[in-house]
Amino acid sequence: MTATAESSAPAGEIPAITVTLRILRTIPEGTEEHGPGESYWQEFTIEAHATDRVLDALHKIKWEQDGSLAFRRSCAHGVCGSDAMRINARNRLACKTLLKDLNPAKPIIVEPLKGLPVEKDLIVDMEPFFASYREIMPFLMPTGAVPERERLQSPADRQKFDDTTKCILCAACTTSCPVFWTDGQYFGPQAIVGAHRFIFDSRDEGQWERLEVLNDKAGVWKCRTAFNCTEACPRGIEVTKAISEVKKALTTGEF
Amino acid sequence: MTAPQLKEPRTPSGRSRNNAEKWSWVFMRVSGPILLVLIVTHLFVNLMTGDGISQIDFAFVAGKLAHPFWQWFDFTMLVLAMLHGFNGMRLLINDYARRPGSRKLLHSLLGTATLVVIVLGTLVLFTFDPCPAGADPDLLPTFCEDVA
Repeated sequence: MTATAESSAPAGEIPAITVTLRILRTIPEGTEEHGPGESYWQEFTIEAHATDRVLDALHKIKWEQDGSLAFRRSCAHGVCGSDAMRINARNRLACKTLLKDLNPAKPIIVEPLKGLPVEKDLIVDMEPFFASYREIMPFLMPTGAVPERERLQSPADRQKFDDTTKCILCAACTTSCPVFWTDGQYFGPQAIVGAHRFIFDSRDEGQWERLEVLNDKAGVWKCRTAFNCTEACPRGIEVTKAISEVKKALTTGEF
Repeated sequence: MTAPQLKEPRTPSGRSRNNAEKWSWVFMRVSGPILLVLIVTHLFVNLMTGDGISQIDFAFVAGKLAHPFWQWFDFTMLVLAMLHGFNGMRLLINDYARRPGSRKLLHSLLGTATLVVIVLGTLVLFTFDPCPAGADPDLLPTFCEDVA
């Protein structure tokens, strides 16, 4: 049978669709209708393709309709972790969420991350989140003389913390945690993931310093295994599993 | 803007000093499965064996509580269930009560309720009289005839 390239349908143009975005906005200076710092919903209707991402839709709004819309984004390809936001009541990266996966027939609801103070529109103050991360000392703490060459590690040892090295600090997990929403003292899933990455690293010697921090009142024992963090992680890290491994390390001393 | 100050690495101080939250977690993990076995056994014995639900009357309960095995079985179930529930509620209060005043109030109410139920329950379990004098013999367990 001969190839029938000419008879196959040409690559079809993706039809444009009309999408409505309902965005929770907060302008610190206030607008004519809304007071300073007041949160309100605003709807935008745009023409987009089903294969566009929510970030493309936000760009379209900002560039063509309302330049005052504020949101963070840097790489726009799911690596930098700047554009985590609450889309249809789930924390996701706007740059990794396709419109066709969100039922564009209904308005798409876009909110800032919950549990962190809103600065403007979709931008939240990430400082409490980073403060928790700094608490667990996210750097290698070796003992002994500095080796002349790299510190070697077997693939099996590396595998133990491979999952938690994927974290991009987007805060999707921490701000999806119901305990974090009600108790800002809780370190949050991300800080525990960050600690897990070093606790289970055979080259690191600071395990007990970190475990002591996480054994605190605001540490791992606040985790109620709601699994929201695992569901929210845009990198597919098994966050709840990592937290449980830290709990196990604390109870059995094995890591 | 200056870079935020990172914490200085501490000198290893051995193990953690305050392990209260850890033991609370371990207790929940241990008491949970034990309670599951105790409660399922309790329900099975009361509802599935013999005449099922229609067998439960004063005589049935009195007969059970006259036996030391069921006394200690029920005592274990009572204490574990109350402490398990107490600890769960304590965590909920810690999570959701924001003001120190309301937290303290709720904690003391919870502690009082737990204590009252455990003390009352224990008292009933170990001082229960299965054959009260002057009661209708038809309602009493069969072994009361031997006592009388």
